[in-house]
Amino acid sequence: MTVVSMTVNGKPAKADVEARTLLVNFIREELGLTGTHVGCDTSQCGACVILVDGRAVKSCAMLVGQAEGADIVTVEGLAKNGELHPVQKAFREHHGLQCGFCTPGMMMTAVDLIRRKPQLDEQTVREELEGNLCRCTGYHNIVKAILAASEDMR
Amino acid sequence: MYQFNYVRPTSLADAQALLAKADDPKLLAGGQTLIPTLKQRLAMPSDVIDIGSLKELAFIRAEGNAIMIGAGTRHYDVAGNADVKKHNPALAYLAGMIGDPAVRHMGTLGGSIANNDPAADYPAACIALDAKIHTTKRLIEADEYFKGMFETALQPDEIIREVTFPHPEKAAYEKFRNPASRYAMVGVFVSKGPWGVRVAVTGAGQNGVFRVKAMEEALAKNWSPDSVASIKVPSTDLLSDLHGSADYRAHLITVMAKRAVAAS
Ligand SMILES: Cc1cc2nc3c(=O)[nH]c(=O)nc-3n(C[C@H](O)[C@H](O)[C@H](O)COP(=O)(O)OP(=O)(O)OC[C@H]3O[C@@H](n4cnc5c(N)ncnc54)[C@H](O)[C@@H]3O)c2cc1C
Ligand code: FES
Ligand code: FES
Repeated sequence: MTVVSMTVNGKPAKADVEARTLLVNFIREELGLTGTHVGCDTSQCGACVILVDGRAVKSCAMLVGQAEGADIVTVEGLAKNGELHPVQKAFREHHGLQCGFCTPGMMMTAVDLIRRKPQLDEQTVREELEGNLCRCTGYHNIVKAILAASEDMR
Repeated sequence: MYQFNYVRPTSLADAQALLAKADDPKLLAGGQTLIPTLKQRLAMPSDVIDIGSLKELAFIRAEGNAIMIGAGTRHYDVAGNADVKKHNPALAYLAGMIGDPAVRHMGTLGGSIANNDPAADYPAACIALDAKIHTTKRLIEADEYFKGMFETALQPDEIIREVTFPHPEKAAYEKFRNPASRYAMVGVFVSKGPWGVRVAVTGAGQNGVFRVKAMEEALAKNWSPDSVASIKVPSTDLLSDLHGSADYRAHLITVMAKRAVAAS
């Protein structure tokens, strides 16, 4: 066992775990933050996307040891003081979800995308979502929600 | 996850020492290939040595007529680097086409060419741009480095440090993506430089990346899409799988080569 420590959603998190634990399992099982989902075992679906040091990454393709000292944001860290994040508001407003399974990963990818590219168009959003699969919505409303959120955040 | 030792050395020298000492070690860089492989137990090393956070492997330097890229540099950082975009835009474009944003944020140049997936993108750039692969032991010419599907000239205790990409005069990469995995069904990198003309194909060969000499000769005489339009690679040694037959890939090679020359 190894003691790992990192910042998760602004708060210090420390635990004695096997360093080979997948980061997503650490987040869900040790920290109890079950908003981050696991939708595949091939690292292709994007349901597990979180921010590590500001960048969107797949938490199912990372070991907890690799996150030592990192600053992590999960979907639970988006809302501030009971106020939804603009991306969350836009997903609700524009019906960017149905079953909701892909939604946490979609929203974390969207937050990262809007940070990298504040000026978005539809084509860019569709291309940037290539690593996030949704089996329900057909993507259309997800794209609309992300465009609306990026307008809102400008 | 099954049982293995995870270690995170703080220098390349320490990583090298750990690699020499462990029973059945495996280096971990971005983990975008290795971790899914570990999960499926397609690899079961005794020790996983994480070199992903070594600063000495993460750099991009333009010097003289070449760009040096550290093995630990993420695809995202190559795609957005000002020097790469200026001197070698085809390489920046290639890095920006790998996988998806989350994969590009983690995946590294060294990991990609150490793995040598037959559908990976970087091997095509290394071959077409006459790249030099520097390891902790020696310098390996790209032409000598890629040995076949998932096979390279690397020894078990050798770590890639950096890759030198000489500036091309002309270059372009065109990739027909597998819509599910985003890997190349066929990717063609064409270039012209001090090394002459090169055409490197990834995604299609049963033995990984390969050059198309007939296209190179035709382009050396006349650099135009028409020069390659009627050159067909025989489908005998091409991959055939559920994504596409060997004949389909042979057809795509010509189409992608034409497009790449047109884009260069
Ligand atoms: C969903 C998905 C889509 C992808 N799409 C593409 C694509 O379109 N095109 C493409 O080219 N790739 C694609 N990839 C693979 C991606 O580019 C990987 O990043 C890359 O193949 C491996 O790099 P890594 O840094 O993640 O290496 P790791 O997974 O950490 O390691 C891979 C192998 O390289 C070895 N290694 C790592 N660094 C070194 C070094 N410095 N010296 C010696 N050996 C080393 C490791 O021991 C291991 O065997 C995709 C991956 C995923 C998950
Ligand atoms: S769970 Fe599917 S990409 Fe991570
Ligand atoms: S809303 Fe159901 S998978 Fe996207």
